[in-house]
This record gives sequence, C-alpha cells and structure tokens, in this order.
Amino acid sequence: MKQGQFEQTYQPLWELLEQQIIALESPNRQLSGGELASFASRYRRLCHLHALATDRHYSSHLVDKLGDLVVRGHQQLYRRKQPFMQQMISFVVAGFPRLVRAQQSYIWWATALLYVPGLIIYLAILWQPDLVYTITPPAQVSSFEEMYDPQNRTLGRARESDTNVQMFGFYIRNNIGVSFRTFASGILFGVGSIFFLVYNGLLMGAVAGHLTNAEFTQTFFTFVVGHGSFELTAICISGAAGLKLGYALLAPGNLTRTESLKRASKIAIQLIYGVIIMLVIAAFIEAFWSSNNILLPWQKYLVGGFLWTLVISYFVFSGRGLDTRAEGSPS
Amino acid sequence: MSSHSHPLLDTRHAIETPEGALLPLTPAGFMVRCLAQLIDILIRGVITTIMFVLLSLLGKMGTGVALILAFLLEWFYPVFFEVTRNGRTPGKKWLGIRVVNDDGTPITFGPSLLRNLLRVVDFLPMLYLTGIITSLCNRQFKRLGDLAAGSMVVYDATTAQHTDFAVRGQLPVPADFSTDEQRALLAFAERSNYLSAERQAELAALLVPVIGAQDPVTRIKQMANSMVGKH
Repeated sequence: MKQGQFEQTYQPLWELLEQQIIALESPNRQLSGGELASFASRYRRLCHLHALATDRHYSSHLVDKLGDLVVRGHQQLYRRKQPFMQQMISFVVAGFPRLVRAQQSYIWWATALLYVPGLIIYLAILWQPDLVYTITPPAQVSSFEEMYDPQNRTLGRARESDTNVQMFGFYIRNNIGVSFRTFASGILFGVGSIFFLVYNGLLMGAVAGHLTNAEFTQTFFTFVVGHGSFELTAICISGAAGLKLGYALLAPGNLTRTESLKRASKIAIQLIYGVIIMLVIAAFIEAFWSSNNILLPWQKYLVGGFLWTLVISYFVFSGRGLDTRAEGSPS
Repeated sequence: MSSHSHPLLDTRHAIETPEGALLPLTPAGFMVRCLAQLIDILIRGVITTIMFVLLSLLGKMGTGVALILAFLLEWFYPVFFEVTRNGRTPGKKWLGIRVVNDDGTPITFGPSLLRNLLRVVDFLPMLYLTGIITSLCNRQFKRLGDLAAGSMVVYDATTAQHTDFAVRGQLPVPADFSTDEQRALLAFAERSNYLSAERQAELAALLVPVIGAQDPVTRIKQMANSMVGKH
C-alpha cells in the first residue's frame, strides 16, 4: 500500500482518536461511557498502524505524528487510579508499622547512631562541663540557657495562641526539612544519613548535658518529653530510610546498582510517608502542648510517658495478624 | 528498530508497551531542565515573598501560616504539579518537557516525591553539580533522583511546524531510505536556516554518492518538501 492510500484509508480513525485524546488531556474530562469504551480498541488499532507505518518506511513526518499519538494515548490508557483516603488509612493502621518491623535492622542502626553518641556526650559533659563547647559555639549554648532558664518563664500563664501557630509553622518547616535531608543524603552511600544522625544526637546530648549541669532539668525535660516520642522516632526512621538507599548502592547483590537502588527507594519512600505524618503530629504537640506552662511537671511527664508508650506499642503491635493482602500503601 | 544499532547518533529512546508498540521518547538534557528549574524557582520566590508580606500583616498567626505554606512550596510545589498536571511544573510546561515514569506512564505520587526529595543531594555541592554529572553518565539523562525513583524527563513531541525550506518543487525520497534516514533529511532541511550556505553544501556533499552529484542541497530540500507535502 502506498503512503497516500494508507493515509486516505486510516486518517479518519487517527483523527477521531486524537480528538478523544485531546478531550482526555483537558483538565475537565467529559467523555461519555460509550466513547471511553471505544478508546482502548482504537488505541490498539493506532499502535498497529504506527507499527505498519514504521515498518513500511513511510515518511518520517507521518511516522512521527502517529508516534506522538501513541505516546499520548499510552499516557491516558495507563493512567493509574489512586483511591487516596482508603490507601492512607490502611497505610497508617497496618502498612507503616509493618514496614518498619520489616526494615528493623536499618531502624536499629539509625537508632544507635542517634542515641549512642548523644548518650556518650551527655555523660562526658556531666563529667567535664567544658566539653559542651566542642560541640556547639558559646553563643548557641547561652541561647539555650536563656531558653530553658526557669527565671525567664512566665509561669502560670500559657503562651498566646497566635505564638503557638507561629511556632507550629516553624517546627513543621524546620523539622520535616531536617528529616528530608537526613533521608535524601543517604543516597551518598549512607554517609549523609550517618552524619545527620550522629550530629543531631551529639547536639541533643550536649544540650541535655549542659542544661543538667545548669540545673535547668525541669524546664528542659518537661518541654521535650512530649513531642520527643514522635519526633526522635521519626528522625530515626528517616535516617533508616536513608541508610537503606546507601546500603542498596554499596551491596546491590545480584542486581545492578541502579536496579537495586530503585527497589530500595520504593520501600524507603513509604517510610518517609510515615515520617511526614509523625512529624506533623510532633510539631503539633511541640507547639500547642510542650510549650504550655500551666501544667505541673508530673502531668507533663505522665503524658510524655504515655506518648512514648503509644509510639512504641504502635510500631510493635499495630497491623499484626491482619490479612497481608489488606496491606496497602500509596505509591 | 534501526535506532538501536546506532545508539550514539541521537537521544531517542524507545520503550516497548504491552501492545507491542514502541514509544518514541526523547530524554531532555540538563540545560533545558536547568532553565525550567530556574523558572520554577522564580515563580516560587515571587509567591513566597508576596505570601510573607501579606500574611505578616496578620501578626504571628499569619507568620505561622506563611511558614507552613513556605514549607509546602519548598518541598511539594514540584510534586503537586507533576502529579496533577501530567508531569509538568509551570517551568517544564514553558519549555516543553515533562516527567514520566521510565516505562512511559504518567508519573505517580511516590516516584515524584522521591525524585524531588533527592533534589537536595543532586544540588550538592552547588548548582546541581551532582545531578548534572550523573545525568551525563547515562543515556536517559537521569539525575540521582530519577535513578532512584525510576523516572525520566522527556520532551513533549513537537507539533510539526515545518518552516519554509526556501526551495520549490518535490523530489521522491529514494525507496530504500529507512525512517531514521528520512528523519535526517528532514532535520537537515529544517536546520538549514541556521547554517551557512557553505556548511550546507559541505554536509549535503556527504550524500552525493547516494542521491547524485547535481546540487545536493536543493535535492535534499525538495525531498523534504515531498515528505511534508509542500510544493
């Protein structure tokens, strides 16, 4: 068949399909059910025509036009439906804790990298107070002192609510940003995640040690105990996700490094979904609860203890014994 | 497909679909992507500035809201547009490129979030140096984020807008020319506006053994005319 003949015979078909594709591409798609039903078979026909045109060496002008339609049709046909809410609920209830349990070797490493250096520097500063200046510059140390000095607290009065909203915004931006960086830098063979985990651990330990020496323990620990449960655990998980990327590159096993990275990323990004949820909760607690000065220390410790128990038992127990097929995750 | 036998000649990249069709995709290089990114940064910068100015009028409450919005803009601006606008942020749309999964399907939320989080690493040590070097090391111009997410940035198919080749008359294309070879002829005619007459003659002379010695530049353009149906 000559090209002219070919075009004459089939042009109506691909023009019809092109119009359907344009209709589907526009943001407010309005196609009737019957038209949609015909889309797939027309698209298959188009693929066939494109292959014929290519094989018969018709002019590149025609082949490229058909090729463009094939690409656009493919994009519409293989659009994935994403029932968001349902996936989200099943992820929170079962998918996330189950994933964390499945990846627990990375979680344990990340936890150790955060807490062990922190604990060491904490004890070291209790023993040698000046060591705090090896971790943080003096200006920062004094700003921390000021922040947690019981003298500076307007006791018995809660912060005004608009300040709380401001701090909520600040914590969201700052903390989630930190955890995203901790995760992403893991792709550098894990080095970045290790750095951020150890650095944050050291900073935490140093501040805690210094404030213990200054006997500001009550203001400091009542402040951090509540949101620490969600925030520190979330940082550990994002570090673990970063370590997973790094490890996939270092030890790809039988796969190519690219393929190994791709598979690890698929799991790691799901951990990050969970991390985002946890950090939003943490920022909320930090802004609206931790800053509240009306409550007595024992009340804060009690709630803090409850939150820690909640987080740990969530990861240990939630989603056990459910049908594995119910496990879903937005992807 | 003949493009497989000459992988270095151009950047076209064919993906086979379940229908047995080959999706012709053209990966976008770092230059056009940097420009798109620049446009997006400008848009984001303007929005962020306006937002902070307006919301700070509302006091601390406003600042808090502005900080949250700034966070969303910083990390989720590209994700939002890539997922809801068929792989195109405003900057990408402007420059005619878009993100797809590397099987050619539209980008989904997970891969989009992943590739945009890993931007932080691709940016290191400055100005996307890591990303640029990585993208030069593979054929689909993938930066680290794309490698991990299994995504790639491709050109939208150009709508055929053939300029006038400044030559009248048609000439049939030799029957044994493959599609890629025809594309080369057409590309030559299209680019001839940007080439000096000497350079055109020099390039066209390469085809003398195939299409005959008589004024090869005009002959090629006449063949191009017949391909796009001009007279």
